[in-house]
Amino acid sequence: MLAGGPQARPVFRHPAFDLEPSMSAALKRTPLAELHLAAGARMVDFGGWEMPLAYGSQIEEHHAVRRDAGMFDVSHMLNVDVAGAGAPAFLARLLANDVARLAVPGKALYSCMLNPEGGVIDDLIVYYFAPDRWRVVVNAATADKDLAWMRRVIAAGGFDAAVEPRRDLAMIAVQGPAARDKVWAARPQWRAAAEPLAPFSAAALQADLLLARTGYTGEDGFEIVLPAAQAPALWQDLAAAGVAPCGLGARDTLRLEAGMNLYGQDMDELTQPDQAGLAWTVSLKDPARRFIGREALERFAAPCGFAGLMLQERGVMRSHMAVRTALGPGVVTSGTMSPTLGVSIGLARVPAGVAAGDAAEVEIRGKWLPARICRLPFVRHGKAVEHP
Amino acid sequence: MSLPTDRKYTASHEWIKAEGDVYAVGITDTAQEQLGDLVFVGDVNVGAKLAAGATAGVVESVKAASDIYAPVAGEITAFNTELEASPNLINESAFTAWIFKIRPDNPADVDGLLDAAGYQAGAGG
Repeated sequence: MLAGGPQARPVFRHPAFDLEPSMSAALKRTPLAELHLAAGARMVDFGGWEMPLAYGSQIEEHHAVRRDAGMFDVSHMLNVDVAGAGAPAFLARLLANDVARLAVPGKALYSCMLNPEGGVIDDLIVYYFAPDRWRVVVNAATADKDLAWMRRVIAAGGFDAAVEPRRDLAMIAVQGPAARDKVWAARPQWRAAAEPLAPFSAAALQADLLLARTGYTGEDGFEIVLPAAQAPALWQDLAAAGVAPCGLGARDTLRLEAGMNLYGQDMDELTQPDQAGLAWTVSLKDPARRFIGREALERFAAPCGFAGLMLQERGVMRSHMAVRTALGPGVVTSGTMSPTLGVSIGLARVPAGVAAGDAAEVEIRGKWLPARICRLPFVRHGKAVEHP
Repeated sequence: MSLPTDRKYTASHEWIKAEGDVYAVGITDTAQEQLGDLVFVGDVNVGAKLAAGATAGVVESVKAASDIYAPVAGEITAFNTELEASPNLINESAFTAWIFKIRPDNPADVDGLLDAAGYQAGAGG
């Protein structure tokens, strides 16, 4: 299996995340790390954080979210408060999507943050509470870079705005068809405020307690942001209510089935949004809104397609595998075995014009295997989406 | 767990066990545990003549692919096709779910591999 002399300790690499189970002292821990370790979770290095990959079977964790309810410690992601009278102008400049779409307090918006070349610095969710009060949630591995970039944009534009990282907060995602009921069971006092929430909306229940009807799995549920000290009790109460702890492994297969991108894998600073299927998140409607990266997108757009792939034979697609289509070559950006569908699925960058239903081939260990181009997502609310 | 003593091991986490004049090869329980849920086992070429340490096949978990190596030089005589539909048999019972069978060029080569204690001391603890 893995090369090594007789005395070598086994090192099992986790290629998609470049993870190793060996923990260095420098890794950061979330407020729930002790609970993960006590539960026997297999911990890995994810963006400098010691995070659970799985507690037992990652496929069973996947099914728990599709069929019932599962929870993820996502406290490694960074909540950033954006405050000040100039916050709307700052965010209009910073983000490719238009925060002017957010008029109702608690409403959320998915957006990319672009560099001047139109490459994706990060993807994030921004919540609106008041014109001078916003919250942005960014990825863990990019958090320091994101904060530095935001501060640079504020300084360069002279905006009356300030960003404050909130490492004092923890975040738990509860996802699945039974997620809502189990959140009520664990915290009945939240129900009245959280039950009426529309998808992609949040309620600030009290200072530093945010319930958002968002997620990264294609299932209903909440992402709950709360003070770090309160997170272990919530985690344990949710477990007692029958919510299955789930690791990053299941999180990845769930998001792939849901057709959602992973930063660093499906897009990065050299990728423009439409090269990663994210053109829908770029708002060009207001010609006066000169967000960073807009000029590059308008003048130097690289025509490109991005689609789902479904393998027609046994095997597993992985990121970086070569793709052939009738219109030219492409590349798999994310691939896995879909626990729900029982076949390998992936996301792929393909030539513009490649359409759902088209035949393709993927090179797996030297062999070209047939695959089909698919619309996204592959799975929605627990059910396989029909594909041609 | 205690390792079966009716077979030999490699530092790269294969086991090899005599079955008549051929040997069955699988991966150890430690290996399956580290890999997690297996979703694909294959790329085994029956009839191929391999050098010791050459790639004989692949096992893939949800996130990672790992080569399986020929523990000794020889000819691949069989692939366990039951694993095509049920790769998780290896997760359930790594020491009974063989992956391929090999006819060693020199059966004495097997004797030179690690015994259970040697494997456990090196990596399989």
